[in-house]
Amino acid sequence: MTAGSGVIPPRIEAVDEQPVSARKLKAQMRAQDAKTKLSSPFASGVAIVLAILWSIPTLGLFITSFRPVADLRDTGWWMWFTNFHVTLDNYQGALSSSNGGLASFFLNTFVITLPAVIIPISLALLAAYAFAWIPFKGRNILFVAVFALQIVPIQVTLIPLQTIFVNLNLQNSFWPVWISHTIFGLPLAIFLLHNFMTEIPRSIIEAARVDGAGHVKIFFVVLMPLLIPAIAAFGIFQFLWVWNDLLVALVFAPSPNLKPLTAAVAELSGTKGTQWELLSSGAFISIIVPLVVFLSLQRYFVRGLLAGGVKG
Amino acid sequence: MSPTSIGEKLLIMVVAILIFVAIVGLILWAIDRPKIPNWVVVFGFLGPVTIALAGGLLYPAVGTVVRSFQKIENVLGPDGKRILVSGKVTTKNVFGLDNYSRIFSEEGFQRVLLNTVAWVVLVPLLATSFGLAYAVLVDRTRFEKAAKALVFLPMAISMVGASIIWKFVYDFRQAGTTQTGLANQILTWLGLDPIQFLQADPWNTFFLIIVMVWIQAGFAMTVLSAAIKAVPDDIIEAAQLDGATGMKLFTKVTVPSIRPSVVVVLTTIAMGSLKAFDVVRTMTGGNFNTSVVANEFYTQTFRQGDAGQGIGAALAVILFIIIIPVIMYNVRQMRLSEEMR
Repeated sequence: MTAGSGVIPPRIEAVDEQPVSARKLKAQMRAQDAKTKLSSPFASGVAIVLAILWSIPTLGLFITSFRPVADLRDTGWWMWFTNFHVTLDNYQGALSSSNGGLASFFLNTFVITLPAVIIPISLALLAAYAFAWIPFKGRNILFVAVFALQIVPIQVTLIPLQTIFVNLNLQNSFWPVWISHTIFGLPLAIFLLHNFMTEIPRSIIEAARVDGAGHVKIFFVVLMPLLIPAIAAFGIFQFLWVWNDLLVALVFAPSPNLKPLTAAVAELSGTKGTQWELLSSGAFISIIVPLVVFLSLQRYFVRGLLAGGVKG
Repeated sequence: MSPTSIGEKLLIMVVAILIFVAIVGLILWAIDRPKIPNWVVVFGFLGPVTIALAGGLLYPAVGTVVRSFQKIENVLGPDGKRILVSGKVTTKNVFGLDNYSRIFSEEGFQRVLLNTVAWVVLVPLLATSFGLAYAVLVDRTRFEKAAKALVFLPMAISMVGASIIWKFVYDFRQAGTTQTGLANQILTWLGLDPIQFLQADPWNTFFLIIVMVWIQAGFAMTVLSAAIKAVPDDIIEAAQLDGATGMKLFTKVTVPSIRPSVVVVLTTIAMGSLKAFDVVRTMTGGNFNTSVVANEFYTQTFRQGDAGQGIGAALAVILFIIIIPVIMYNVRQMRLSEEMR
């Protein structure tokens, strides 16, 4: 359909009840036309087919994890539709301690993730507030320096950090993982929160100051409620990053006592031999929590992504 | 210091969080009084972060750069033999470019560098093209949200998880037997022989790259979709009035309007694929000539003992050096796109 072809698109519904001049109507139609132009059934069809294709690998893993061992060893998951058997044995096997016990690694992941999300947020809130609302000499230079630190790849810091942790005698605790995730997350957290903070109108802050509010009161009463979306955006980033991380975990939490799910599942994959049943259920156990978090908080995640919060 | 039981672990977690919340509270309490000099306030707010970043990022980075020029050599006595002190070989650190020259001259490392280039070029190009095409296709269709969520979903999956998902897809059984991997089953249905996707050098690197594209395409789509929606309607209308339709409208109007976003997406994905080692490590362990710099860094540093540390440091520095121009370009484009807003 070309612009202004004179055919009223079926979707037009914004026609006012008052009489509208012909010229106005035409302009409205044109606007509507441009909006609906691409929504052809063909495009919808192709888009949906592609989305389904994109999901097939994940669906395959999901189905595999519920198939009996004998079935999944000899036939592909698509045979499940004709040879329908469902079992939870694989999950039991992967979680129980006789097979490496992913349940305990799940706990480790949880224990690693929660502080590794909360600590950088609390520290970054302080820093972002100072960068946004406390004038001092060298503020811009310091902020640019913090921003620039985002480019330091984690790999560059690992060995010296490890030496520091060993010297502090921390190597058998969760502290190395918490601290390193905090450090790696800080530049992005400060950058994101600072961006959101500076968008808050100066007049609001100044009004509070005139009323006699100090930094702390401004911080908690005025800024915090406005910052919830930004905190949520970074929180989801950091959550996904920490929960899904492999490198930091391998280096700083190598003992079975500290090891998170990702490292355990990766190990399962390396030494798996023929244990496809444990690998499929184990992988799904490690995936499910981030998937749920992501699906329920997608809105904040996308917003953070678009605010330039992209972890390289 | 080392927690073992469930209760201990949870307790220590809560304590850790409380410690930091208390630190923040203490700082706020200490500086929240009149007539405190400004520098104390600034130090209170910025001190913890500055210490963390200087000690945890800056100092280690400098240390690694220094170490990348070091090589451990055995100290030789006057007789030209190694010196043993209480059963241990005496060694010394030698400064030089040895680590770097090894990386650039040895065939194994050259292959690693070549693979890395393939990753850094192909992943962003493929993921961004697909993301852009999909963003245009899905724009203003029915079920737009659901379709986008499905393509975006792999972003939430860990790279380890994604690798395992694709290990199932690439699974190989001898020709003639029942295939359990979808990819080889499709080949069989088409009457072709099954392929050992993860071992068929040099194509196996390409098959690993596909996994990364699968992960990253959703990111490209989301950012570009938002950019497309932000193109003002009147620009599109004006172009349409001038007779631009379909492909022409896309290449001449839409793409130029979202160019800064495209560049940011390309560079971001390039950096991501440069640093990611999870896919290679989980799927092939770097075997069959699939290793990349990030994976080789890990192997050399943590699997080769002291001898590998210098090489590992040099590899990390190489990562760093490749990233710098990409980021600088990225920042410039971000500025441009902000100015356009």
